[in-house]
Amino acid sequence: MRHGKYPFIIGFLVVPVALYAVFVVWAYIQAFYLSVYEWSGLGPVENFVGLGNFRKMWDDTTFWQSIKHNVFLLVFLPIITVVLALIFAFLLNVGGGHKGGVIRGVWGSKVYRIIFFFPQLLALAIVAVIFGRVFGPDKSGMINGLLPESWSPWLFLADERYAMGCILVVLVWQAVGFYVVLFSAGMGNIPTEVYEAAAIDGASRVTLFFKITIPLLWNTVQVAWVYLGIAAFDAFALVNIMTVDRGGPDGATSVLSLMIYRNAFEFSQAGYASALGVVLFFLTLTFAWVTLSATRRESVEA
Amino acid sequence: MTTITKTPGTTAPSAGRAPEPKRDLKIATGLSHVALVAWAVITAGPLLWVLLASFKSNTEIFLGKPFALPNEFSFSTYVNAWSDAHIGRYFINSVFVVLISTAGTMLLGSMAAYVLARYKFPGNRAIYYLFVSGLAFPTFMALAPLFYILKGMGLLGSFTGLILVYIAYSLPFTIFFLAAFFKSLPYEIEEAATVDGASHTRKFFQIMMPMARSGLVSITIFNIVGQWNQYLLPVVIMSGPGADRKLLLTQGIAQISVSAGYQAEWSTLFAALVLTILPMIIVYAIFQRQIQAGLTAGAVK
Repeated sequence: MRHGKYPFIIGFLVVPVALYAVFVVWAYIQAFYLSVYEWSGLGPVENFVGLGNFRKMWDDTTFWQSIKHNVFLLVFLPIITVVLALIFAFLLNVGGGHKGGVIRGVWGSKVYRIIFFFPQLLALAIVAVIFGRVFGPDKSGMINGLLPESWSPWLFLADERYAMGCILVVLVWQAVGFYVVLFSAGMGNIPTEVYEAAAIDGASRVTLFFKITIPLLWNTVQVAWVYLGIAAFDAFALVNIMTVDRGGPDGATSVLSLMIYRNAFEFSQAGYASALGVVLFFLTLTFAWVTLSATRRESVEA
Repeated sequence: MTTITKTPGTTAPSAGRAPEPKRDLKIATGLSHVALVAWAVITAGPLLWVLLASFKSNTEIFLGKPFALPNEFSFSTYVNAWSDAHIGRYFINSVFVVLISTAGTMLLGSMAAYVLARYKFPGNRAIYYLFVSGLAFPTFMALAPLFYILKGMGLLGSFTGLILVYIAYSLPFTIFFLAAFFKSLPYEIEEAATVDGASHTRKFFQIMMPMARSGLVSITIFNIVGQWNQYLLPVVIMSGPGADRKLLLTQGIAQISVSAGYQAEWSTLFAALVLTILPMIIVYAIFQRQIQAGLTAGAVK
């Protein structure tokens, strides 16, 4: 009965494992290896510099500028997105109040959900092209076209002070709908009796939101926070496509992901790019670890 | 957004008081709708604007009044976008790549997940964790080495290379998700099939795969959308001589956007955007429930 078990197991695993080993595992191992070499990307890898690439990073103003921008996204993207999505999800699921003792969402909540979610289906690259035009710095841009005739156009992405803010707005625009749906699914799992009992006790919707919804959704919120944080470390498509001079004006929108790409493929600094990648990896891990341990709570079961 | 947070505040939270009066409830519900409509407008507005602008001449676009109807509905911008700007070709490239890579991901991913979830053998856990640990690494870190690995294999600028990389980078999540799914399926039916003398391979394709249908659908949608929307990997891999005919849609649009910017000639870009977005809207309209479920499946755990 057991005959042929091993040939079967090997037969099923050999192709996926081989593909994964060559293109993923080997690439990551090489990234660590290359990070201690100064290598342009051509010829043999032989100029060992130890921690030289990391020392170079320490003195690199673009690096610190990029870190600053990533931290900006890391702080604001999760908080704004999660707060907006929680509020919308709550209104959609519980906002209709209680009629005849039954808690309901507002009227038309299905339609709202469908519209809100759609941007999630668009590639960030497409979103970047759209918003490059929405923020157009003359009358051909959507927002400037909406401003009164007499106003001078806003520069948006061409103004170093606001360029990063524009990036944040676009990321939030795309993300909110996804988390509305995610939180709605979580809220759907909260038994309606819990809300109804609280409502009969006279709890207002604010009370319901803070005392019931948030605690019971805590695990989902945690997951959302980590996902959004990881998205904040990316933003490559937006910065590469949408910003002035890719990362400009004057480095005002440079982020780590763009730095890695440009060093690897435009500045012939494959070694330095790999070192930046290693730093990105440890930053991401640290972020996920800090978030999960800082937000740990006694889990509440519905 | 402050309006919404304040809405329910019309009734102060205090324990044991009577249910909200009807009038306050109406105000609160009304304000909820204001907030929700506002976000719906913010979401749909830019897309509607792109659609309107796609019919306008370049001069009209520069007049401002973004939501005014076009003077005439001219489709010449669409003809330009389809043929001169090659949107048609990029579209077909993307469909081709995603079709094959998603099929490959699902086949290889479910095979590996099944074996790892339901067979005991030495090294099982090691292989499983090797796959799952891939979730912790940012793709950016592998970018430079990946480029040189493909170059060494002569796969740079080829669909084959791109498809293999898509599959390889989709495996961690696919296996992570499906292994959990296969584990949750009952063992009785499988045992009965073993008694009847079904081979391992037959059990997988004829019994386990159909039983895992709902999980497979979710993760297939997840992979289709994820791979369709890829931008970073095509930009890195579809480079070099001869690659300009093989650009994918995301790359192509980005390139059109750059060249449109040089000439300040936007109308073709808008038509190209509509041609890209419209199929997504149609697919979404038909499968919105499955798509929402598929994309959120990973996060719900």
